[in-house]
Amino acid sequence: MGVENNMMEQTNDTFNIAGTDFTSRLIVGTGKYKDFEETARAVAASGAEIVTVAIRRVNVTDPTQPMLVDYLDPKKYTYLPNTAGCFTADDAIRTLRLAREAGGWNLVKLEVLGDQKTLYPDMIETLHAVEVLIGDDFDVMVYCSDDPIMAKRLEDLGCCAIMPLGAPIGSGLGIQNPVQIRLIVEQAKVPVLVDAGVGTASDAAVAMELGCDGVLMNTAIAEARHPVAMARAMKLAVEAGRAAYYAGRMPKKLYADPSSPLAGLI
Amino acid sequence: MIEITINGDPHKIRADQNLVELLQDLKLDPTKVAVERNLEIVPKTTYQDVKIITGDRLEIVHFIGGGK
Repeated sequence: MGVENNMMEQTNDTFNIAGTDFTSRLIVGTGKYKDFEETARAVAASGAEIVTVAIRRVNVTDPTQPMLVDYLDPKKYTYLPNTAGCFTADDAIRTLRLAREAGGWNLVKLEVLGDQKTLYPDMIETLHAVEVLIGDDFDVMVYCSDDPIMAKRLEDLGCCAIMPLGAPIGSGLGIQNPVQIRLIVEQAKVPVLVDAGVGTASDAAVAMELGCDGVLMNTAIAEARHPVAMARAMKLAVEAGRAAYYAGRMPKKLYADPSSPLAGLI
Repeated sequence: MIEITINGDPHKIRADQNLVELLQDLKLDPTKVAVERNLEIVPKTTYQDVKIITGDRLEIVHFIGGGK
């Protein structure tokens, strides 16, 4: 009953990705913010320990432009390079090899997209990329469709976290297929994180109540009217959803059930 | 001077430079970037030994804000 005790005391509820324990179950992206200062304040308010980052060409003509690393200390936050914008396995692999050289760490987030309009993942290309990256000693967290069979394949290939979408990237529609997410959670022996689709705090809580190990989001915070305030809301929602999952919700009933005793009524 | 390609654009640079010297000329911090030369990653530990020659195609990248 260690887990329950820990939950009641709200301590030691960590989860492990590729050998490292993390306390915060919220991973945040660092794109779409007004400036780096707002990025840093939102990340701090979210309580996230892992931040996703993109790899892009440096601006050779103006090298004095501020850099993300000057605002988010890579020693304080775990930088999770991701392959957003890659549409082939080869592009994703090339990007992550550069990321590893830039940062010096093996933990990466793979996403290979299949369609400009939906940004839905191309799972055939994703599987190819996973095979190469695992063979090249990367620790791969993988963005994927919410298909339990595909999730199992990715886990069997050695991915260290499975990250199905809740809804299309940047859509803010919330968890569209809770049954699928739950099926993936039940079968997985590695962490499952909902990646994409969260729009507001209740969506994040739903993901956690389904038993997910964490949630990854960017737009829901960055495009909120007040990003820093929303970052805090998401932190609380992830914590609340996690606590509710362990608390175990009451059964649903079709009819009312009074919570005051009927005996002694006047 | 020799001509090379950096991030898709032509650049004229001094001849006989190694990668560390080139990055210094470009005012880029070697610890904050990664370099691909002719489609091969250049390990940071070897920057000193990599001589830049005519026609080299370099990609110099860094981390930027990004989510999905």
